[in-house]
Amino acid sequence: MTVGDIISQTPIPDEGPLAVEGEAARKIEGRSPWRLAWERLRRDRAAMVSIVVIVLIVAMAVFAPVFGSITGHGPNQQFRQTGLNPEGFPTGPGSNFVLGTDDQGRDVLVRIAYGARISLIVGVLATAITVTIGVIVGLAAGYFGKIVDTILTRVVDIFLSLPFLLFAISLASVVGPSLTIVIVVLAIFGWSTVARIVRGQVLSIREREYIEAARSLGAGSWRIMFIDILPNIIAPIIVYTTLLIPVSIVGEATLSFLGIGVQSPTADWGQMISDASKYYTAAWWFLVFPSLALLITTLAFNIFGDGVRDAFDPRADRMFG
Amino acid sequence: MTSGLWIAVAVLVALGVASLFYSMARFLFRRILLGVFVMWVVSMIVFGLFFWSPSGKLAVAQRIAGKQATPQQVHAVLVRLHLNDSLPLQYWHFLWGIPGDKQSRGLLHGSLGYDFNYGLSVNHVVAQAAPITLSLALGAGILWLAMGLLSGILSAIRPRSIMDRAFTTLALGFYSLPTFVLGLMLLLIFYFRLTKAGLSWFPAAGYASFTGNPANWARHLLLPWFSLAAVTAAAYTRLTRGSMLDVLGEDYIRTARAKGLSERRVVFRHALRAALTPIVTQFGIDFGTLVGGAIITETVFSLPGLGYTAVNAITLGDLPVILGITILATAAIVVANIVVDVLYAVLDPRVRLH
Repeated sequence: MTVGDIISQTPIPDEGPLAVEGEAARKIEGRSPWRLAWERLRRDRAAMVSIVVIVLIVAMAVFAPVFGSITGHGPNQQFRQTGLNPEGFPTGPGSNFVLGTDDQGRDVLVRIAYGARISLIVGVLATAITVTIGVIVGLAAGYFGKIVDTILTRVVDIFLSLPFLLFAISLASVVGPSLTIVIVVLAIFGWSTVARIVRGQVLSIREREYIEAARSLGAGSWRIMFIDILPNIIAPIIVYTTLLIPVSIVGEATLSFLGIGVQSPTADWGQMISDASKYYTAAWWFLVFPSLALLITTLAFNIFGDGVRDAFDPRADRMFG
Repeated sequence: MTSGLWIAVAVLVALGVASLFYSMARFLFRRILLGVFVMWVVSMIVFGLFFWSPSGKLAVAQRIAGKQATPQQVHAVLVRLHLNDSLPLQYWHFLWGIPGDKQSRGLLHGSLGYDFNYGLSVNHVVAQAAPITLSLALGAGILWLAMGLLSGILSAIRPRSIMDRAFTTLALGFYSLPTFVLGLMLLLIFYFRLTKAGLSWFPAAGYASFTGNPANWARHLLLPWFSLAAVTAAAYTRLTRGSMLDVLGEDYIRTARAKGLSERRVVFRHALRAALTPIVTQFGIDFGTLVGGAIITETVFSLPGLGYTAVNAITLGDLPVILGITILATAAIVVANIVVDVLYAVLDPRVRLH
């Protein structure tokens, strides 16, 4: 629990003779950086709308089976009679299939709902792994300095020079495509940027007095790194993490589009768009609706990320709103 | 006697020039050495990846020998392609060439080897694909730089104006749009819908050479250029806007305005030059990455460039082609990084190379 939480839970009297005192107390009330950031974020209308959209997308993913039971269409169920026209092409949006069907006669709406699960899980999981590796490497490089820093910085340089997609496809062709490969690839190629940011932050904090104080009290390297330094650089890490989620989601969709990710028949947005690219002249809905789902999701996360950045650093250049 | 004096003068001048360029030369030397090291590591990783599973090379040989091939024929393919040699030996073949075989020179002789499927030289394969990727990268690069810079500058001049909001919102939208989605949408609207309406302005896919007919070349590349550029330009709008806003707040800009310079001169001559530094850096890195193959755009628009060729090679298990293009792509990124660092020092005299 942070100080901000404690303060926010303290009831402020608002009636009777105490009212004036209460108001005065409110004026001098100390607000933690967290509380300040949250208050700024709450005033950011675009960010609030994006949160609502994100909650809706998460709800769609969680309640994907509900879409299935309402429409009566399973995600992988093929409706060769009703879902395909006599020529064997997908049928357009209508009362039976709200967003039309795909090339196998499956319900696009239900598959979009199920596809949200993979996008969100991979987006969050890949981001979490990426940030964890990046933070550990960045902390070590920045804190230990000297030879550790040199080696880690060189490794970061190498990873930043790798042709990302070429490597991803090569790796998938050897080990076989799967969701794990997608997450591994996204983490392998993402951590170096995080490490760079964290290293820079650590370098600026390492020489502060309180670190010296911790050291003279006998704190070990691990304690200083994770208990004294990490909490002080958490704000930029949180900002970068929120901005990394949409990048991971697009990354997952791109890799699945290239056939590296989840395999048919599992519903996935990138995979759906890839299939649809062969049919876009016959069935625009098959291409447009999964694309829209992907766009709305990344847009919502990007707006939210911008809002979080502005909330933590009000001087930062505001992009939206 | 006089000639000795001249030599001494020449040596002194040379030393003077050398000391001037010493830091630059030292920097370049170190960076090139590091770049070669990176490329070596990358080639090893690709090599290692490819031979991860022993069944991999058998599958490759099987595919080349054909479905009806007997085990003896498959074995013959393995031997012919030297796939049965030990890994270090194969790596040596790749680096130096196959001893006693003048045809098969290695990378250090400037040859990327021969492809598994047709026995074509990889140099030739790359030479065929590179102009397509370069055409794509150059056009897209110019387009995104123009779009990003213009919208970023216009946004920064009047922050929070309607134009600023419009540009930043648009940038956020394009920034959130994956390249393949934009490419397919462009195809759906500008190829399919227009052609259906009787206006066949844009082809669905493919490449037309520049030397054949420049207008046709541009017609084929317009949609790929735009889909690649729009997504990237969005990042440049944000970068330019932020950088310009920082610079426009500096004292020397106020001085320039106080001197009575026109606003256009202040913005374009005084502010833009300083604001360009981070943009040049980003451009170099993005462009370098692109030169190694724009896999997504090339796939969506069926442009047989380096990325497209590499993807094909990967599905065919054609190691020499994969290795060749990966090495090239890494080299492009490494070179772009060095060029960017040097340019950085040229643009901003405060930066010292070390």
